[in-house]
Amino acid sequence: MDTIVSLFSSVVRMSTPILICALGAVFSERAGVINVGLEGLMLIGALFGVLGSFCTGSAFLGAVTAMAAGLLFALIYAFFTITVKADQTVVGIAFNTIAGGLTVVLYRVLLANSGVSQVKGFNTVAIPGLSQIPVIGPIFFEQSVPIYILYFLIPVLAIVFSKMNIGLKVRAVGDNPVACDTVGISVVKVRYMTVLFSGVMAGMAGAFVSMGQLRFFTEGMISGTGFIAFATVIFGNYTPLGVLRAGLIFGCASALQYKFQTSGSAVPYQVWIMLPYLITILALCLYHKKSNAPKYSGVSFSKD
Amino acid sequence: MAYLEMKHVSKYFDRVAANVDVNLSIEKGEVHALLGENGAGKSTLMNILYGVYHQSEGELFLDGEKLHIKDPKDAIEKGIGMVHQHFMLIPELTVIENVVLGMRENKAILDLKAAAQKFEAMSEKYGMHINPWVKVDMLTVGHQQRLEILKALYRNANILILDEPTAVLTPQEVGVLFKVIRQLTAEGKTIIFISHKMNEIMEICDYCTVLRRGRTVQTVKVSDIKDKQELATLMVGHAVELNMHKSIKEPGNVILKVDKLTYTNKLKVDKLKEVTFDIHEGEIVGICGVDDNGQSELIKCITGNETATKGHVTILDEDCTHAGVRHILDKGVSHIPEDRHNMAMIKNLSINENLILMALKKDGYSKHGFIDWKWVTKHNQELCREYEVKTPDVNELAGNLSGGNQQKFVVGRELDRNPKILVAMHPDRGLDIGATKYIQRRILAEREKGTGVVLVSTELDEIMELSDKIVVLNNGEVMGILDQKEATVEKLGLMMAGERMPGYEKESDALD
Amino acid sequence: MEQTNKNKVMQFLRGKQYPFIAIGVALLISGCIIKAMGFDPFLALKSLLSGALGTTNAWGETLIKMIPLIFTALSFSVAMKSGIVNLGATGQVYIGSLAGTLIATNFAGLPAIIHIPLALIAGMAAGGAYGWLAIALKNKFGANELVTTIMLNYIAIQFVNYMVSDPIRDYGATTALPQSRMVTDTAVLTKIIPNTRLHIGLFIAIAALILYYILFWHTTKGYELKVTGLSQSVSKYAGMNVKKNQTISMVMAGALAGMCGVIEILAIQSRITQDWAGDIGFDGVAVALLGGNTPVGIGLSAFLFGMLSSGANKMQMMAKVPNAVIYLVQGLVVLFVVGRNIFIWKSKKKNEKKIEKMKQAVHKEQVEV
Repeated sequence: MDTIVSLFSSVVRMSTPILICALGAVFSERAGVINVGLEGLMLIGALFGVLGSFCTGSAFLGAVTAMAAGLLFALIYAFFTITVKADQTVVGIAFNTIAGGLTVVLYRVLLANSGVSQVKGFNTVAIPGLSQIPVIGPIFFEQSVPIYILYFLIPVLAIVFSKMNIGLKVRAVGDNPVACDTVGISVVKVRYMTVLFSGVMAGMAGAFVSMGQLRFFTEGMISGTGFIAFATVIFGNYTPLGVLRAGLIFGCASALQYKFQTSGSAVPYQVWIMLPYLITILALCLYHKKSNAPKYSGVSFSKD
Repeated sequence: MAYLEMKHVSKYFDRVAANVDVNLSIEKGEVHALLGENGAGKSTLMNILYGVYHQSEGELFLDGEKLHIKDPKDAIEKGIGMVHQHFMLIPELTVIENVVLGMRENKAILDLKAAAQKFEAMSEKYGMHINPWVKVDMLTVGHQQRLEILKALYRNANILILDEPTAVLTPQEVGVLFKVIRQLTAEGKTIIFISHKMNEIMEICDYCTVLRRGRTVQTVKVSDIKDKQELATLMVGHAVELNMHKSIKEPGNVILKVDKLTYTNKLKVDKLKEVTFDIHEGEIVGICGVDDNGQSELIKCITGNETATKGHVTILDEDCTHAGVRHILDKGVSHIPEDRHNMAMIKNLSINENLILMALKKDGYSKHGFIDWKWVTKHNQELCREYEVKTPDVNELAGNLSGGNQQKFVVGRELDRNPKILVAMHPDRGLDIGATKYIQRRILAEREKGTGVVLVSTELDEIMELSDKIVVLNNGEVMGILDQKEATVEKLGLMMAGERMPGYEKESDALD
Repeated sequence: MEQTNKNKVMQFLRGKQYPFIAIGVALLISGCIIKAMGFDPFLALKSLLSGALGTTNAWGETLIKMIPLIFTALSFSVAMKSGIVNLGATGQVYIGSLAGTLIATNFAGLPAIIHIPLALIAGMAAGGAYGWLAIALKNKFGANELVTTIMLNYIAIQFVNYMVSDPIRDYGATTALPQSRMVTDTAVLTKIIPNTRLHIGLFIAIAALILYYILFWHTTKGYELKVTGLSQSVSKYAGMNVKKNQTISMVMAGALAGMCGVIEILAIQSRITQDWAGDIGFDGVAVALLGGNTPVGIGLSAFLFGMLSSGANKMQMMAKVPNAVIYLVQGLVVLFVVGRNIFIWKSKKKNEKKIEKMKQAVHKEQVEV
């Protein structure tokens, strides 16, 4: 029983960064902006979360720093992809390279020799009452605060997406920007907003990775989670609830990976490390349903 | 002062002057036609009124007040609505979501139920019922147009611009549309009707402003006009030469046979049903019908871009139903596709590189897999000269040419291969009259050489002038095959609308 | 005639200035960041340059660094030409290097003239197969190659790690880190210049660039691949097989990356270890993008990035700037190359001028009429 509880509790924890990042990205992707740079944005978030927490001594302020950094970099991303109309995939790749370089430089200069090996991170908070429920309690309600915020965010974002005016605009803009322009929607504004939101979420997701377990930064610590979040949006068929389902599957794969890696099975541990990546490929291959992929995905919009 | 006025309006793009000193004045409650050929500047002018473009010069007045329209939002606020030729709908969204999309009155959380009620009441009133909860991609083209009109009315449009509204409709649907237009004007709404079809203008419009090459020619009262010929003369500037010089000749052997061709698309819709006809050497067969009645699929099946579900395509005595595109091209079929920009040319390659697309592996062009650029360049320079492609040199990017010149080099490339069969779909759509006549002459010259030609066009005049034989398609079925001599606009119109010629009745009808 | 020649020169130069502007801006921004962190950017640049070009040995190192960059860049470009975004060069390098190592660490008796080509071919075949896998997944199941190639990178790295950790591990090694046996003498690539590590891989890389040029600028197959990449609808209309063409491209791309892996093992690494090549493929992406997918461009930008990476250590030593800063420079260069429109905003004014000209022409015409 304990193993099951600990496994599922770990599924929740492993899904969280994927879900936070992908829930942001589902909006920008649906609005027609492809963001391969999520990996880099998460890396930025991971570093700045730790830096913020290191400087202020507060995990909360660390998270805020991470989100602000995500916002800033997303703004640059939006500027290049939407205003300058540069190829979105390539800008994303450039962002990953920049983030890889910048985080390592900043880490080595500011943190590596600081003598500190852990900063304030996200503590586990058991919710009184709810955490007493057998099985469910320890799995869902003995987690850290960002996870509780995620519980709240999922339904809210799902409603924003399908029921609210802004959600309708987002869905429309990726499918036919020209038509949106003729009914007076500012395509550029909608796209900027979604990219900025996605940046904030990616920053938070990165902070969760660095400040959740390890509570410190290591070079290249995102190791593909951003790319998996990108795949989650595709696999989740571009809706928040689809993303939830897909994210949990990838979270499962990651949780199993750690479980088996440490359990000393006959299968070499490298195979378990491969698991999330393999499942991502498998998911993309098995996916046949009619796609909600926006028609104008990756196409920049200009009026003339 | 008139209700709506556009005074001395000009619009310059960096390569063309789309509108020059245009004047337009429209009274409240009338149906005002904008007549002109493709490229005469009708759409640009209306896009200025709707705020999509801004005029380079000139002023707009509504009800005596000067209009400042920054964007479509402003236009909508002033009560101007527009139904674009290519519908501005989001296929993935439901009807009602499309209706409320972008409205200023929307609350943060949408009340789609209330909106749907209002929408249904409105659609009831105009007799254009549409279920507000279905996705738009489930609607027929005709229904999509109704939705566009309702969408504009939902936004309280007083002036409704309809850009070529009948191009995609069957005659019956046109009838419904005209009824709605009359109802709207009775309510005091003003309609601007963009078209290049003279009989429709005669039927529905009160006034007509004719545009030619971006300029206003004249505004006329429709009831003062004697006949279509008068309008046509205004539109093209000189009396239309109704008969191109065409020799009388006996057709040769059958070179293309289409036999009971049926094509079912991915959505399980039968786009072609048992289509049968054949083409002889030196014969032009015109395929006529309202847009999207199977023409596109027919051409794709003949050229190997799609494979028929049932039936046969026989090219030069070989069954090519399942043959690939390459094989069919190699048999001597040339293909001028409907979508020039996306299918026939690559904007980011030079003219030189575009011109070798089809003949790449022919002698001269390449040897042992290596391209002979020197020979190719020389050959292409000659080709450009012969086909009157105006360009500084062949290394110019194809995207930098005007539409007419692009089409000329595409036509040149296809005819340079000395085809036995020429398949041409809307070869002159969107071109000015000079380029159009040039291409028509070229097609006739091919006929003289003994080439069999399949010509798809929605322009009845063109079909009737050029074709030896006319196949009329409706909803994927052949309504009848007419000889050029027996074809009249009335006959063709009826058949395009779905009336069958004797001998082409549905089997079930025949049994009755 | 003179006119057309001049036209040709202008056409060749058109748009060629932007990579240089991009490099300048990227260096400027990186300099500011270095300055902001309290280092001396000029010292950093000076030590970087002297580390990259100061001595014969430094030149040798720069050229050595160029070799894998050329191959991985070509790997990206070849796929790109036919419309596939190959972010999987990394994985193809690992898989190729593994296959090459298997050949190179065995068959000790073979003459070098057979042993080396055999290892290279094995690497190309394995890399090519891995490239094929990504495109097959796309063609068969519609899996987005952007994601699958990245995922395949991680999988390839883990696979190599596993192979090195046991099946091909050299248990006699003095170090505790898992590694394969040494490449046998007969498989080591010949050095070009004495006292440097520069090896004949450079010639192979240059040959690859030339072949790339011939393929895409002078052969019918290359033309077909290019058309496929520029417009799928046009290539279908012209009777080309899009899937087949893209498969050919991806197999070539994988083979180039695989070749890169083997050459590095045979000449520099001499054995395969865990994570030995890092994220090598992404460096190639940057080189290809900066070089605009042209052979000369790729050669020049590979040289530039080779300089960056060979000079980075000296920069770290002398100016204390962490060598990872070169990734920052690389990323910024790519960003400003694809974002070149940022520098062309002026042309909006040019546009207005054109429109003004058009206006005047029309007015003149009106007066005349």
